[in-house]
Amino acid sequence: MSSTLATQPPPGEQATPKFTARLHSPQLPRWVPWALLAGSVAVGLALHFMVGWGRALAIVVAWLGYMGLLVTVSGRVEGRRKAKDRLATWLVTTAFVLALLPLGSLLWQVVSNGLPAINAGFLNSSMRNVVGEGGGIFHALWGTLIVTALAALMSIPIGLATGIYLVEYGNGRMARWITFLVDVMTGIPSIVAGLFAYALFVIFFGEGVRMGFGGAVALSVLMIPLVVRSTEEMLKLVPNELREASYALGVPKWRTIIKVVLPTAIAGIITGITIAIARVIGETAPLLIICGSTDSVNFNPFDGRMMTLPVFIYSQYKNPGVPPEFGIERAWGAALVLTVIVMTLNLVARLISYYFSPKTKA
Amino acid sequence: MAKSIDVSDLNIFYGDFCAVEDVTIPIAARSVTAFIGPSGCGKSTFLRSLNRMHEVIPGARVEGKILIDGADLYDPEVDPVEVRRQIGMVFQRPNPFPTMSIAENVIAGMRLNSRKLKKAEAAEIVEGSLRRANLWTEVKDRLDKPGSSLSGGQQQRLCIARAIAVQPQVLLMDEPCSALDPISTTAIEDLIHELKEDYTIVIVTHNMQQAARVSATTAFFNLAGVGRPGQLIEYGPTTKIFTTPENESTEAYISGRFG
Ligand SMILES: Nc1ncnc2c1ncn2[C@@H]1O[C@H](COP(=O)(O)OP(=O)(O)OP(=O)(O)O)[C@@H](O)[C@H]1O
Ligand SMILES: [Mg+2]
Repeated sequence: MSSTLATQPPPGEQATPKFTARLHSPQLPRWVPWALLAGSVAVGLALHFMVGWGRALAIVVAWLGYMGLLVTVSGRVEGRRKAKDRLATWLVTTAFVLALLPLGSLLWQVVSNGLPAINAGFLNSSMRNVVGEGGGIFHALWGTLIVTALAALMSIPIGLATGIYLVEYGNGRMARWITFLVDVMTGIPSIVAGLFAYALFVIFFGEGVRMGFGGAVALSVLMIPLVVRSTEEMLKLVPNELREASYALGVPKWRTIIKVVLPTAIAGIITGITIAIARVIGETAPLLIICGSTDSVNFNPFDGRMMTLPVFIYSQYKNPGVPPEFGIERAWGAALVLTVIVMTLNLVARLISYYFSPKTKA
Repeated sequence: MAKSIDVSDLNIFYGDFCAVEDVTIPIAARSVTAFIGPSGCGKSTFLRSLNRMHEVIPGARVEGKILIDGADLYDPEVDPVEVRRQIGMVFQRPNPFPTMSIAENVIAGMRLNSRKLKKAEAAEIVEGSLRRANLWTEVKDRLDKPGSSLSGGQQQRLCIARAIAVQPQVLLMDEPCSALDPISTTAIEDLIHELKEDYTIVIVTHNMQQAARVSATTAFFNLAGVGRPGQLIEYGPTTKIFTTPENESTEAYISGRFG
């Protein structure tokens, strides 16, 4: 390029227009796609209200029509490549909306059905001696918090240590076996984890044992592999150069792990742990088996039945009492509380990863 | 206090692949030794074997002998951590700690080893090391900003400051100026001149003029062929290597006829 420019000096006026002609290509004004969209929506509305088509059909036809219009117009004005780009954008948007639909409608259901149930009494009372109206989730809320906290307390150290071992120390047979076992654990159905915890506690406490701690053990079985996996992934992302930089300063390996590797990966690890907690907090089956179901408050995880939110939802739905409306409403209220807890945990995870991750900007 | 290094019959492996073969070279204390040679001939590999950083890579190992002031570096009794405290290293690619500020990066050698530092003492080390690495004026107003917020060349100088802050007796520098402008390069070369009064310095460089300027001894490495191990072709006083080298390939490399 430069050599041709140098050898045959073209008159400046002649070269420039040619060059700019290649750089500039016709482009649709920004309002055009929006106008097309508005037109399609209008057609859809007309089909629905005036022609009498069904709502879903009208929406689909309008959306497909929008795509056809946009691609045709773009192809005429902007050329094939831009038209393909518009088509791809349309496809991605469609996929996005389809993916979001179930989530949106789920949230809508939970909020609209659950909100009427929520009040101070609902959060502050148990189900003791309640048959019809009234009652609440106090016992179940505390049960869920206690059981999940205990599960986290057991899973985080074990999972973290295993992840560190696998990435920093593990090579050879031992590590391969651990990885294999963790993979197997990831696939364990939650009800099997519950049965395992039950069988384990029967050994010590005899048949028919029920206690919150057993639920925590069952949840740990489900949570440990999640923590191991996320820790492993995050530690693998830490560049080896940082470890080498630390070694080269005469820092022993264990200090390097604690002071260089973990701080670099901590945001991702904590995010992974939080998401693991959010994953197990909604487990029902194992808790139904080992924690049991009760109407009363129990703060002692080592003694007797302990209610949890998922089990509460299940039992209220299954035995709503007489008349049944109140039980169903309580189930939705508890579902809303559980959803809020899970979403809060996810939000916390995002905040943590935002504040703890290594900053490159001032 | 500076240490001399004696390498004899050293072979360096990555798994089964022999990267460097049969190196024998004495490295004098309180002087600068430069390694030159084409890319991939094993300069970095050899340099890393001098402070036992090579073995950090899985499957990597060495055969042969390296004596540091007469003591065998690869004796099973020798603690690699202790070795690296005395033989510092500046890597080919800058690697500041992203979780630490600029100041923390400089004193990382002490902090990571939990050595207690008084505040004034730490500030003194930070300023002194950064000044010697010619970075102080650029960062003195933002010492608490993350080390990774610096430009590539600034990061390289930060890593140099970090390496000299712990006052190693031997300093291994792998292309420390490859990302630096002429002004900073001059500053680093001045630093090398200053350091060689007390320390032993080994520097890898692709810049012939730099090798000629800073080093007393130059060693030329070359590849026997593609896929073959790198070899030490010859070493000697820098002036001799650059004027009347014994080996033809050295002459060719230095005069720029290949490599
Ligand atoms: N981690 C590694 N694993 C396997 N082989 C490696 C590794 N690092 C380097 N090698 C090989 O060892 C040989 C020497 O590499 P080395 O990095 O020492 O070259 P160099 O002389 O420093 O080159 P440059 O001037 O480009 O930095 C090369 O063939 C390289 O492919
Ligand atoms: Mg190199």
